[in-house]
Amino acid sequence: MGDKKKAIVYVRLKDGVLDPQGVTIHKALMQMGYKDFLSVRSGKFFELEINANGAEIDRQIDEVCSKLLSNPVIENFSVEKKG
Amino acid sequence: MKFGVVTFPGANCDYDAYAAVKHILKEDVEFLWHKSEDLAGCDVVILPGGFSYGDYLRAGAIARFSPIMDKVIGFARSGGLVIGICNGFQVLTECGLLPGALIRNSHLRFSCKFVYLRIENDTTSFSNAGRKGDILKIPIAHGEGSYYNFDGDIKQLEDRDQVVFRYVDRGGRITAEANPNGSINNIAGVINREGNVLGMMPHPERAVEDILGSIDGLKVFESLRSTVSKLKLVS
Repeated sequence: MGDKKKAIVYVRLKDGVLDPQGVTIHKALMQMGYKDFLSVRSGKFFELEINANGAEIDRQIDEVCSKLLSNPVIENFSVEKKG
Repeated sequence: MKFGVVTFPGANCDYDAYAAVKHILKEDVEFLWHKSEDLAGCDVVILPGGFSYGDYLRAGAIARFSPIMDKVIGFARSGGLVIGICNGFQVLTECGLLPGALIRNSHLRFSCKFVYLRIENDTTSFSNAGRKGDILKIPIAHGEGSYYNFDGDIKQLEDRDQVVFRYVDRGGRITAEANPNGSINNIAGVINREGNVLGMMPHPERAVEDILGSIDGLKVFESLRSTVSKLKLVS
């Protein structure tokens, strides 16, 4: 086994897709008195540990993000690589 | 004529669908295990409701990669009849056999109750036993059933009559109150352009005997039976 790398994947709902969870969290903030928070959008993140010597690893990361980790109909993703 | 019911880990309506076909419709039916790579010669494939893989990631997102799904997708692409109910509908949108996505109910709660559906298109293989405008009383049970798609795609679905069922009130009116989950245009069930793949959030298999509170779900199964009978006559 070679070195390990990490990829952090963020999955967000596309603009315009209703995020009832974000709306509810925002309502709670308003109730708690945090009036300066204008909106909340919720999302997901995944931490992937990857074999750094794998072939075409960037392409593979992109592939798993669009095939499995996100649903392109409603979500966008972004990747942050570490190590 | 044979129906197949796919059992994913976490499916919980597979027996209901099986029983509806076997004991009420009185047709042949077989369970199809998610790891199987064979559809056992079934004429209709049912993707049942439940919480496949715990609804982890997104509802239907993991089940969509089960070994059997390759076969189901191939079957659908060659014209085979596939119906996805509730979680099955989510699997069908995840794998791209149906357009759009099912997102969290707008009120965030899990909804389990009878709703009223209006048949919007009675020419499909899944609705031809009913008449356009018929009101069906069928239960829903889901937390992620809000049908979502982009404006242009919704317009296309509507223009092509691909919305087969819509949530309405008892009198057949499309109202916000009758919409149990925030689905765009009160959409409860859609069909693909080719007309052989349907997804619906409500559970017709749970409305097939009086003791269950309604027999209106039978319309869906009777439609499928009459479609398959006609196909068999032709071939």
